[in-house]
Amino acid sequence: MSPGQVQPEYRQRVLPPRVSTLWWLGKGTYFAFILRELSCVFVAWFVAYLLLLVRAVSQGDASYQEFLAWSATTPILLLNLVSFLFLIFHTVTFFDAAPRAMVMKVGRNRVPGRVVLAGHYAGWAAASAIVCWLLLGA
Amino acid sequence: MADRIKLQVARYRPEREAEATFDEYEVPCPKDWVVLDGLNHVKDRIDGTLAYRWSCRMGVCGSCGMMVNGEPKLTCATFLADYAPGPIRVEPLRNFPVVRDLIVDIGDFMRKLVTVRPWIVREEEKPLSAGEYLQTPEQMDDYKQYSMCINCMLCYAACPVYGLDPLFIGPAAIALAQRYNLDSRDEGAAERHRVLSEHEGIWGCTFVGECTRVCPKHVDPAGAIQRYKLTAAVETVKAFFMPRGA
Ligand code: SF4
Ligand code: FES
Repeated sequence: MSPGQVQPEYRQRVLPPRVSTLWWLGKGTYFAFILRELSCVFVAWFVAYLLLLVRAVSQGDASYQEFLAWSATTPILLLNLVSFLFLIFHTVTFFDAAPRAMVMKVGRNRVPGRVVLAGHYAGWAAASAIVCWLLLGA
Repeated sequence: MADRIKLQVARYRPEREAEATFDEYEVPCPKDWVVLDGLNHVKDRIDGTLAYRWSCRMGVCGSCGMMVNGEPKLTCATFLADYAPGPIRVEPLRNFPVVRDLIVDIGDFMRKLVTVRPWIVREEEKPLSAGEYLQTPEQMDDYKQYSMCINCMLCYAACPVYGLDPLFIGPAAIALAQRYNLDSRDEGAAERHRVLSEHEGIWGCTFVGECTRVCPKHVDPAGAIQRYKLTAAVETVKAFFMPRGA
């Protein structure tokens, strides 16, 4: 190269990364993750369903009976069944993350993850028991 | 057991190819050979132009990460015999630009890593005469797991969030930030918080969890991120009810 000549800029021709739109089908764990994300839609549906129930109850007996009849139709039954399964999945995967996010110590010792997990399940069981008692016992 | 196995190795020669292709090589398959031994055999005996990185051959340097049959692996710790009768597909780590053959450019990670200040930050250094910064074994246990990271980038290759959003700071950088945040000698948590609590920091993570599954050093970056999310949420609530200077 003669003096004064400028070295041309060196550009590496790299191969850019690409992600397929179907990446979530590539692996069972990716698919499970997408299902968990999807489960949020069903969580939202149960919130809406609960609000509809509250509204029906607040509007008197006829409205409540109408709500019950609507809830007993096949499409709503199916939707609620699928939503229930997704909610269980959502809860279990959420609880699985809890021991890793919550680092608790008693004195100098870390509380084992399975104890944190058991605490979550115990809370769930207690809340379910209260609901059952309200519905069936009270 | 088969005494030879086929390797299908991704090749990218930027001076003459616009896309990656695959070359197939047959290599010996003794039970103590790892994928890296197979690649070294190719390089030494069959095709000296094959380019890949490695150094320690003992799972310490973190430079030999590649996709082995679609999974991010340290090739020095992945036995050929486990894939018999083959073939074994060896590709460069996913989610990174490929420079040549099996070599990826990890510059993006290196630039992000420094933003979390992965070193001990002190507001004021003690004078040497004051002696060492002492630490109890329990204090060391708080961060030791995160200090095992060897920057192998397997977690980035496994993380679909990083693949889809290249601005995401990524699993290892967050785990390494936690390594220092949890160190009793460090005082840099507030500085790191600014970077980590951005959208491209911890909140970019949707907890797929693959980073933890592929990590060869059991660092649990997914756990580090969820743990920091909880810390950040508590800090936000605290700042709301107890604003500084109020
Ligand atoms: S966290 Fe694990 S997988 Fe990620 S770079 Fe560090 S050692 Fe590798
Ligand atoms: S060659 Fe160093 S980790 Fe594999």
